[in-house]
Amino acid sequence: MNDEKKSDIEAKQSVDTDPKAEESSSDQFEELQTAPPKQKLKLSWVGKIAVVIIAIWIVIAFAGPYIAPFHEADMIADDSFLPADKQFWLGSDYLGRDTFSRILWGARTTIGISFISTLAAYFVGITLGIAAAVKGGWTDTILSRVNDAILSLPTIMLGLIIIAALGSSIPILILTAGLIYAASVYRIARALGQDIMVADFVECARARGEGVWWIIFREVLPNCAMPLATDFGLRLVFVVLFISSLSFLGLGVQPPMSDWGSMVRENLQGLGYGSFAAIWPALAIATLTISVNLVVDDISASAGGKLAGKMV
Amino acid sequence: MTEMLLEVKDLKIQAPKENAPPIPIVKGVSFNVKRGQVVALIGESGSGKTTIALSSLAYCKPGLEFSGGEVRLDGQDLLQMSDVQHRDIRGRRVAYLAQSAAATFNPAITIGEQVTESSVLHGILTQEGANKRAERLYRALELPDPDRMGRRYPHQVSGGQLQRLMAAMALCGKPDLMILDEPTTALDVTTQIEVLKAFKKVIREEQSAAIYVTHDLAIVAQIADHIVVLYSGRVQEQGSAEQIITRPAHNYTHRLMEAVRPPPTSVTHEEYTDKDDREKPAIVMDDVTAGYGKIVGDEPQFTILRNIDVQVDKAQVVGVIGESGCGKSTLARVAAGLLGAAKGKVVMEGKTLQPSMLKRSKDDLRKVQFVYQMADTALNPKQLIGDIIGRPLEFYLGLTGKQKRERVAELLDMVELPQEFANRYQMELSGGQKQRVNLARHLAAKPDILLCDEVTSALDSIVGDNVIKLLTRLRKKTGVSIVFITHDLSTVASFSDRIVVLYAGRVVEQGTTDQVLNPPYHPYTRLLITSVPELRIGWLEDTMQTREAAVGIARGVELTAVGCPFFNRCPLGIEDGTCEKETPAYRQPAQGHVIACHQELENVIESEEKPQMILKGYDKVGRESQLY
Amino acid sequence: MKTMVLQRFGIGLITLLVVSVLVFAGTEILPGDVAEIVLGQSATPENLAKLRSELGLDKPAYIRYFEWLGDMITFDLGISKAGGASIGDLIGGRLYNTFFMGGIVAVIAVPLSIFLGLLAAMYPGSWIDRVVTFATLGLISVPEFFIATVCVLVLSVQLHWLPAVAYMSGDESFLQLMRALLLPILTLVIVISAQMIRMTRAGILNVLHSPYIEMAILKGVPRKRIILRHALFNAIGPIVNVIALNLAYLVSGVVIIETIFAYPGLAKLMVDGVQTRDLPLVQACAMIFCGTYVVLILTADIASILSNPRLRQPK
Repeated sequence: MNDEKKSDIEAKQSVDTDPKAEESSSDQFEELQTAPPKQKLKLSWVGKIAVVIIAIWIVIAFAGPYIAPFHEADMIADDSFLPADKQFWLGSDYLGRDTFSRILWGARTTIGISFISTLAAYFVGITLGIAAAVKGGWTDTILSRVNDAILSLPTIMLGLIIIAALGSSIPILILTAGLIYAASVYRIARALGQDIMVADFVECARARGEGVWWIIFREVLPNCAMPLATDFGLRLVFVVLFISSLSFLGLGVQPPMSDWGSMVRENLQGLGYGSFAAIWPALAIATLTISVNLVVDDISASAGGKLAGKMV
Repeated sequence: MTEMLLEVKDLKIQAPKENAPPIPIVKGVSFNVKRGQVVALIGESGSGKTTIALSSLAYCKPGLEFSGGEVRLDGQDLLQMSDVQHRDIRGRRVAYLAQSAAATFNPAITIGEQVTESSVLHGILTQEGANKRAERLYRALELPDPDRMGRRYPHQVSGGQLQRLMAAMALCGKPDLMILDEPTTALDVTTQIEVLKAFKKVIREEQSAAIYVTHDLAIVAQIADHIVVLYSGRVQEQGSAEQIITRPAHNYTHRLMEAVRPPPTSVTHEEYTDKDDREKPAIVMDDVTAGYGKIVGDEPQFTILRNIDVQVDKAQVVGVIGESGCGKSTLARVAAGLLGAAKGKVVMEGKTLQPSMLKRSKDDLRKVQFVYQMADTALNPKQLIGDIIGRPLEFYLGLTGKQKRERVAELLDMVELPQEFANRYQMELSGGQKQRVNLARHLAAKPDILLCDEVTSALDSIVGDNVIKLLTRLRKKTGVSIVFITHDLSTVASFSDRIVVLYAGRVVEQGTTDQVLNPPYHPYTRLLITSVPELRIGWLEDTMQTREAAVGIARGVELTAVGCPFFNRCPLGIEDGTCEKETPAYRQPAQGHVIACHQELENVIESEEKPQMILKGYDKVGRESQLY
Repeated sequence: MKTMVLQRFGIGLITLLVVSVLVFAGTEILPGDVAEIVLGQSATPENLAKLRSELGLDKPAYIRYFEWLGDMITFDLGISKAGGASIGDLIGGRLYNTFFMGGIVAVIAVPLSIFLGLLAAMYPGSWIDRVVTFATLGLISVPEFFIATVCVLVLSVQLHWLPAVAYMSGDESFLQLMRALLLPILTLVIVISAQMIRMTRAGILNVLHSPYIEMAILKGVPRKRIILRHALFNAIGPIVNVIALNLAYLVSGVVIIETIFAYPGLAKLMVDGVQTRDLPLVQACAMIFCGTYVVLILTADIASILSNPRLRQPK
């Protein structure tokens, strides 16, 4: 007999005042837990390193301009494409500016713009996606068709058209990226929302007579929070790449402001002279995006591998 | 070769944890399987029975590991073998039959390939040989259309057939030992005995030994030679089937046997309220037709329910029974307004309710509460239990703050859960506890009618039994009427005042529990009653000799627009086309007792005594099965 | 099944139609019209109005939309308003170039990705899997221009093996052509394979959760057969989808690659069109891209319907 685990049921019976309940107290066999409670989120050591790298970049995004040795626009070095030395840790760029300082300054631009764009994309995408899932019918059909159409145009192409039309400034960059990526957020939010809308507990709330807002904010949204948060990381990576690509094409952040994408473009010709000025900002992008992806991967690590491990 | 096929000695299995001591799952289990013997492992979920059974394949579910003991097959310890040797054992010497055939068959591969795969891979048979053997097995398992079965895909055959096909898959390689993991749990009673019969026959013919894993003692009594009773990873008691069933020694075995209800017989129930209160119906369904899809005239595109007349009196428990696909849940959904009726009306206390819940008033919604089958999915995983139970209080009754908290505590008391549960999430609760929370949430609305949709089917027998006891007490305490939907006739018989028997969306019989469970029966009610397994060795053989088993069991429910839908399974069917084409008349053997049948009541009663009428029906099926 | 396939066709057509409205409306909101661009400094209100009526720009937008749509359907792509050349001619050669390179990349990348994806899924947690997942994760995380830059740096600047630009004059020998295209092809193969490998692996691993895989293990089915027969057949739908998406990307999303290597493809043409505000050209290109996308997705949908026995052979 299993004495050590009986505490629960005894507690249950002690609060019971109904004399009839005494019948059930004759059963000394507690119902066994079928599944152990879920383990808390655990990161692998790679994931932990990735978190540290992301944290460092976030700090730099805030503090970059204060800790950078030089101003981003200062043409301070004697020559362009200087190799790294004691004064200019990562050498100088094509105008003789300090690459290291520009990377620190650029962190704010690149990460900031991307983060705000992703937030905007999430706001629009989730609002419309959940609305489509909850409302269904024509709202859903129209929104989804328009969304399909937007998704069928390559993102960079769409960005080019909008920016060619409206010119390039930071607010327009944010709007463009936000709008374009709202389409993919919409798709995910709608799919998640539809899954949850058919759950029994939502039907139960509707049968109780709950209104649309209760269902959205209390029943649906809390249950898509986790998957959406994971997706936020992925989406952020895409936006960083998108903004950098635009900058690389010369249509993103305009000089003399530094941003990682345009830094690669500006210093591309330096490659021929053996300068790494184009490589450093590209590496900065890579460390950030790889780290975010690693963390996301860690969180959504596939359990399918477990069964695969049993294969012979 | 020794007589002993499998010896399990002091087997230990654990779940390793990072940074914590491992959790023991199986805590030293020993038992033996002799050649040709059927050993049953019985216990509730979490007892480790499946885990133990899988060890004879040298397999652990992901997340578990062997931590001690031996599993000897013909004297060789499986746990000491290499992975490649394991692969050689699996499917060749030991074969596995899983609980849910529907999930275990690969949807993208034909049945034939899956059945023969293992024996061909292990080089036991050539592909042709295996195909031939598979076909023989299909015949032995009484599957329809055995010549062409192999070319079908899993989605093209029914659940009961898939379960038998799985047996064919296991037996194809002529294994020495079969592991049957709850192979009939997911099936309807009528299908269950058919599958059980096929298993028993085939095990005998093939002279294979078997380990039968189940939580159902009545099933075990039919098939096992030796029984091992498990609780929490330990053997509580083991012995011959005869000994365990007739003279159980251990407390836990007694408890398990209690949970197996006696065969459905009429029990006298204590009357709850004063008579005059009872006379007033709480809810009435008047000539209701309902279904899914677009409604044209009075007919939905897919009609499920047809012309339903059901009345639930105050403080009464009405059991609704039928196989899956008969429209039991649909009936409750119409009452709750989750599905609007296409025709007919739902009347509550003299007032006709709006068909759709969207148009019902808050108070009407409050009075009819629909309790979902799966508490797992009916409770929002992101809300605290306290909030889940508190919401109806706030929403319908306007309780807030301290008042609400106190009432939540009271409700938790009422369903016999500790008050601290208010601060937990549903994930942290066991199946039975979740179902109690689910009930508390709906009781919070102070309903007049509680519609319980299979609320005990997902639970273990002891736990389910406790929930039924709880419902009985709640009815007494609150005076709520209960509509209890289930496929389990004994459950209904044990605590309902009235029983409604549904078949293919129609009421075929209804009356008080006494009336329904005593002759005259509707032929379908009779089939259901005889299909409920009894805790008695030899019951299966006895039942299979009766007419119902021979005639009606092998078929599924078909919804028909005209005629009597039960005709193709009915032993009393009238061959001249009456049953097929005309809707049966309602016959009233007694006040409040209704049977929908074309046969005169005298004939129905007569057939109970004269078995020759059965043969007619048996012939009919015999003929038709030739046509397959 | 037929109805399902027809339904997919219908959805594809509707998507194209919505795209056409978006493309038309999008170019419509661009400030300034072709008349202003053509006339430039010399614009006066009178000659602007004259040119507008000549070009049909004074008609209401919805009439111009239907006229334009009619032209598109009959493959009359119109005249490039800025350059004066027929858009059909302009696009023709570029389209061929893009499809030529895309075709070569697809032929290399698709089998390679499926092979590596399967290999990684077959031994999850093994060193092969770790290398493949980490490498692909790195590659999908970095911008394409970074990959292209590194390729140029190593293969042409440092090692001088390959030319850094992919110029095509039209009269090179096949070998010369290949040599010129090798760098952009290599870059593209890397970029799209990384994506496809990951999705193939994920698709297979997703199926590996299923009870029927556990059953196959318990039947003593060897690993190779479990992956290739039991898992792959159930993962075909998602995998085909990923391939279609990546091929769509190949045809249209290669702006960066075409720019870096100065490859005369369609994407580059469209970017040029955007810069010169050549609306008819931009519209035509956009419709070609969307058309390709819709056709590829449609193919993927139909392939996954065909690969599913539930839909192929109903009860």
